[in-house]
Amino acid sequence: MLQYIVRRILLMIPTLFLVSVVSFIIIQLPPGDFLTSYITQLSAMGDLVDESTIQALRDRYGLGQPIYIQYLRWITNMLQGDFGHSMEWDRPVWGLLWERLPLTFVLSFATLLITWIVAFPIGVFSAVKQYSIGDYIATFIGFLGLATPDFLLALVLMWIFFAFFNQSVGGLFSPEFQDAPWSLAKVWDLAKHMVVPIIILGMSGTASLIRIMRANLLDELHKPYVVTARAKGLSEPRLILKYPVRAALNPFVSTVGWYLPALVSGSTIVAVVLNLPITGPLLLRSLMSQDMYLAGSFIFMLSTLTIIGTLLSDILLAWLDPRIRLG
Amino acid sequence: MSQPTDPAAMPGQTPDITASEEAPQEVEAKIMVASQWKLIWWKFRRHKLAMISGIIVIAIYFVAAFAEFFEVFPPDQYAARYTYAPPQTIHLIDMSDGTPRLAPYVNGYKVTIDSFSLRRTFVVDPEQKIPFRFFAKGFEYKLLGIIPWDRHLIGPVNPEDPFYLLGADALGRDLLSRMIAGGRISMSIGLLGVAISLILGILLGGLSGYYGGAVDNIIQRIIEFLRSLPTIPLWMSLAAALPITWPPLYVYFGITIILSFIGWTGLARVVRGRFLALREEDFVLAARLDGAPQIYLIMRHMVPSFLSHIIASITLAIPGMILSETALSFLGLGLRPPVVSWGVLLQDAQNIRAVSTAPWLLIPGLAVVIAVLSLNFLGDGLRDAADPYGR
Repeated sequence: MLQYIVRRILLMIPTLFLVSVVSFIIIQLPPGDFLTSYITQLSAMGDLVDESTIQALRDRYGLGQPIYIQYLRWITNMLQGDFGHSMEWDRPVWGLLWERLPLTFVLSFATLLITWIVAFPIGVFSAVKQYSIGDYIATFIGFLGLATPDFLLALVLMWIFFAFFNQSVGGLFSPEFQDAPWSLAKVWDLAKHMVVPIIILGMSGTASLIRIMRANLLDELHKPYVVTARAKGLSEPRLILKYPVRAALNPFVSTVGWYLPALVSGSTIVAVVLNLPITGPLLLRSLMSQDMYLAGSFIFMLSTLTIIGTLLSDILLAWLDPRIRLG
Repeated sequence: MSQPTDPAAMPGQTPDITASEEAPQEVEAKIMVASQWKLIWWKFRRHKLAMISGIIVIAIYFVAAFAEFFEVFPPDQYAARYTYAPPQTIHLIDMSDGTPRLAPYVNGYKVTIDSFSLRRTFVVDPEQKIPFRFFAKGFEYKLLGIIPWDRHLIGPVNPEDPFYLLGADALGRDLLSRMIAGGRISMSIGLLGVAISLILGILLGGLSGYYGGAVDNIIQRIIEFLRSLPTIPLWMSLAAALPITWPPLYVYFGITIILSFIGWTGLARVVRGRFLALREEDFVLAARLDGAPQIYLIMRHMVPSFLSHIIASITLAIPGMILSETALSFLGLGLRPPVVSWGVLLQDAQNIRAVSTAPWLLIPGLAVVIAVLSLNFLGDGLRDAADPYGR
């Protein structure tokens, strides 16, 4: 087990390196370097730009030097916790990231858990009672969930709440808790506000997880060992939960590998619609205003944390299924 | 996929494949001589939902190809008088003279101004009748870009009359016409994006599956890497880097390339899996021992046996492309007005105020759902039918 964990962590290093390269490319994509636009911005506001400040910034980011040196400068700064400076907010990027990232992942993980909790029984039911009315309903909702873009669902729910209940959904905190320090009441407030985003985000994931669970369990249910157990008179719920469900569980858990990136990805756009204080809206704004250090760092941190999340789920899976450790 | 000429592998399919009055032997003989594509078609035909979806998909692409004919007004023609005019209901039979007669019409609008919010609200006015007809004369256009014409499927008899079957947007533009115009962009971006992904996918997936070893390892790692990234943030940043000064056509191709940049991984996996499975097949080994050149081996023996799977995977990949384009344009990072796509149209519905004044602005979303749903069902049916020898 330990060997497996070490091997997986070592394999992560090249991946993280690639992520950093991609983020760096994103920072470099807009024409001109960020300092030029920074100076234009400052002069536009009528500020005098101090020549020595510019020189200091130029040195700090290695501008004007070959691209790989700029990259090395950027990555070493980042490893020391200096993510660069956001032009638009005139603040260090790290502070902005820190405000937004934790909630992004709280939301993603909460959705992940709830999706599992909801999809698991429905999937088992769909497989055991194949071609029943319940199965058809689950299948239909599943396909609908897959075909509806989540931002559209967000819009429709928002409109329904507004038009019929005269309530606005959006944000993650009530006004009185906005700047309050963390307390039980604030956590409860957060939980209440997360219900609608979780429904929206979890819709398509739940749909596909139900399909996966159903297909896997159907494969298992027709195997001879199930017939044997049934012939020996094992009670049906016990029989199904004890053997085939356990065998069908692995592919279910391993979906995290693609599901977590999809959730983080989906939360970006849903957050824009629902105006949630997580990374999405800020990323969109930074891209619109070409605040590239902020955008690049967001991409880097989102991808890195997603990869770490996937790693954790892989370790969990290896713990569940010893065969994987050898693979 | 095992023995392509073994009819015994499919005994259970005989009854509903051909007409029932034929004798069993004749049916069996028919199956024995049927080509692979015929068998696929027979199997696909039994999948009712996929058949219906297939027809819907063809209809959508047909409307997209002849969009101008189906539009009522030019999609960018605005009318400030009809800001947020609600949808009109079609009446086919006119009952006003006491006797019913076939004269299709819609009711006109009465405008009232709310004294409190000073907002204009439209009320349907049953007194006013705006007659419309099929194959009406409207704006001039070139069908398929070549044939000049001025007829439209449906249109008001007097082209100056307000005629908004799905309502109007903030500038009084006809939502129906815009949705049809948007369908052309949204549906074609799906096709084009998948075409580019397919070229990349076949090339890299094929290399990976055919050579195996180190090449396979590197390509698989790249695929895993791309799949572990959250795509929308990545697409957003790439799309934001497209210069604002670019003309709409460039942006269109730029967005398509960005979408395929990540979209190819799924197709590459399918191609690789097929190659790996086929490499071990006896008939491939036989051909190789016979001294068939490599390219001939691939094109003549391997490609035909996985072509049907590729077609199914393509169909399943298009909806993802459509959804991604819609999401990007919705955020304002994808296609930009004056180009009309379903995502661009949904951008108008972005804030709750617009949606509560004019809920019909969400209708383009319904078009997205229908298109994506039917492509998914069609793809599912094709995937099941792709291997006519199994089970």
